[in-house]
Amino acid sequence: MYEKIFEKYSPEKENLIYILHDIQDSNPQNYVSEEAVQAVSEYLDIPVSHIYGVLTFYTMYSTKPRGKNVIRLCESPPCFLKGSENILKKLRQLLGVRIGETTEDGLFTLELCACLGVCGNAPAMMINDDVYGDLNEEKVEQIIANIKARS
Amino acid sequence: MKFYRSHVLFAIDNDSLQSGVKEIEAALKMELDKKHLSDEINVLETGGLGYFGTGVSMVVFPDQLTYVNLKKEHIPEIVSEHFLKGRPVTRLLLNPSLARKYDYKYQGRIVLDNSGKINPENIEDYIGVGGYEAWEKALLNMKPEEIVKEVESSGLRGRGGAGFPTGLKWKFTAPLKAEQKYLVVNADEGEPGTFKDRLIMEGDPHKLIEGIMIASYAVGASKAFIYIRGEYKLCIHRLELAIQQAKNLGLLGKNIFNTGFDLDIKIKIGAGAYVCGEETALIESMEGNRGTPRFKPPFPGVEGAWQKPTVVNNVETISNVPAIIKNGADWYKNFGVNGCYGTKVYTIMGDVKFPGLCEVNMGTPLRTIIEEFGGGMINGKKFKAALVGGAAGVFLSDELLDVKMDFNSLQEYAAVLGSGAILVMNDTVDMVDMLWSVLRFFRHESCGKCNPCSKGNTVLFKLIDGIRWGKGKESDLDEMIKVSRAMKETSLCALGQSPYMPISSAINNFRADFLKRLK
Repeated sequence: MYEKIFEKYSPEKENLIYILHDIQDSNPQNYVSEEAVQAVSEYLDIPVSHIYGVLTFYTMYSTKPRGKNVIRLCESPPCFLKGSENILKKLRQLLGVRIGETTEDGLFTLELCACLGVCGNAPAMMINDDVYGDLNEEKVEQIIANIKARS
Repeated sequence: MKFYRSHVLFAIDNDSLQSGVKEIEAALKMELDKKHLSDEINVLETGGLGYFGTGVSMVVFPDQLTYVNLKKEHIPEIVSEHFLKGRPVTRLLLNPSLARKYDYKYQGRIVLDNSGKINPENIEDYIGVGGYEAWEKALLNMKPEEIVKEVESSGLRGRGGAGFPTGLKWKFTAPLKAEQKYLVVNADEGEPGTFKDRLIMEGDPHKLIEGIMIASYAVGASKAFIYIRGEYKLCIHRLELAIQQAKNLGLLGKNIFNTGFDLDIKIKIGAGAYVCGEETALIESMEGNRGTPRFKPPFPGVEGAWQKPTVVNNVETISNVPAIIKNGADWYKNFGVNGCYGTKVYTIMGDVKFPGLCEVNMGTPLRTIIEEFGGGMINGKKFKAALVGGAAGVFLSDELLDVKMDFNSLQEYAAVLGSGAILVMNDTVDMVDMLWSVLRFFRHESCGKCNPCSKGNTVLFKLIDGIRWGKGKESDLDEMIKVSRAMKETSLCALGQSPYMPISSAINNFRADFLKRLK
């Protein structure tokens, strides 16, 4: 089931980060499963331990199933100054989850992250590949409602 | 070639895409068509214009007027008033003081001179403004050692944070004999408050590609990589396009211009780790490993990626190279002061009226940057502090507002230019909270390879957390300085060496804030 992804990359260790990105993106639950790690280990001929080392090092990867929409709220100083803590409170209240948890309907996972490089629009967050800036509580409410309505 | 009466450029960046720029662009094209103006008014796309919170923006040339916060319903009015009758809709224009801020001549741009003026997705636009002339000059008329010498005498210093002389870096690697050398561009911009590289790449990707070509030729690298963070989707897209377009024109590839020089540029994508901005950690990550720093020496210039000599430079540094080669080192020295030449791109944010970026001469005072380019303080509040250089930077008080922003002047005050991030805080902001946020960041981003950093950052966060919640003692302040100083002296890389700067500057310059919180 990972052949399509493997075909794109030669079996060299330097491609590990790409392969893991692709596997995670193709998983509806936004994570890299144990079974996938096994397959990658065989394809690249590198130990499972190395792959887990890499997977758990970088913040964009997850080894646990996540929601369809991964919310990454920036907690770095510029967003912090512009009130990211209030945005976090609002998100937790709207979704009824704590940091790192997934909503029961499997729609959202709430995460914190370091600077996204959109500090001119602080506070900011990313939901999957989309960046949302200049957040306030009403805007967050609307963004979440829009995503819910779409799914 | 077709001639148009007017060119209209839409800024395409994350901000404007979110505000529906594509829809508005389509609406404008339709309206122009309806009024039979499609042959007179050319609609194009460009990169971000450098200001934020203005939704969809559009610049009209040759008038050089910028419309902001555009909505679909404004389009018919703009077309009939401005494009048909020649009367700009002034109420929708960018306010004049901000417009002055973006007067390119006033800013003296080198790196960003094309941003907001050309279509970054079209190589012909870049060539039309003199692009790739420096590459031609370098490859056909200069020897690699001449290029290194030119860059060295220009005084160009690394713009990623450390400020190491670029020519000197190249000089270490250029003479080495090796079957393979690499040039790596560090586009893993992660320093909190820094987004200059993103805007350089979004606005003028070909300038970076041209700089890479010249640098690779100078040091003898036939392979170059751009290591870019995974979140910068638009940059990745535009760079891929730029590389492909350069290949199609024979500016890249095998035996370029029949000189026998080969060059291949590849994009490497990161996966979210601040420490990968450190050059040896970045190399580890490129090789498919955990991005932890290596012991130095050997330095990457001698033994880097896959054990081969590797030069690692920042995006802004490399983007300065084409102008230096084209116009010469003496021309470059017209910009800047105090032994620090050229311009610097700053990102200004926090409690200012107009967060955004500016490119100004080295040595421009902090006050000028905040007041002229940031528009001054928002909501009439008083200035209290600026965190200059990102999380690894320094908290400056108003006493240092007139300090000249260049490597040497800042060093006199034990401060750093760093990545060029300027986070401005008003007098309601408590420095305990800000330092807490900075130290939480370091605790999270420490890679865990060396003890001083991984243990030290945990200790530091515990201390500041205690102070923040009213459980701290005055001796904790000295303890924080002591621990972070030990980390500065013993950590493997800049990450562990960094907390000392924000800690000592926050405690020394804003001690009253800390004393208030002690129990």
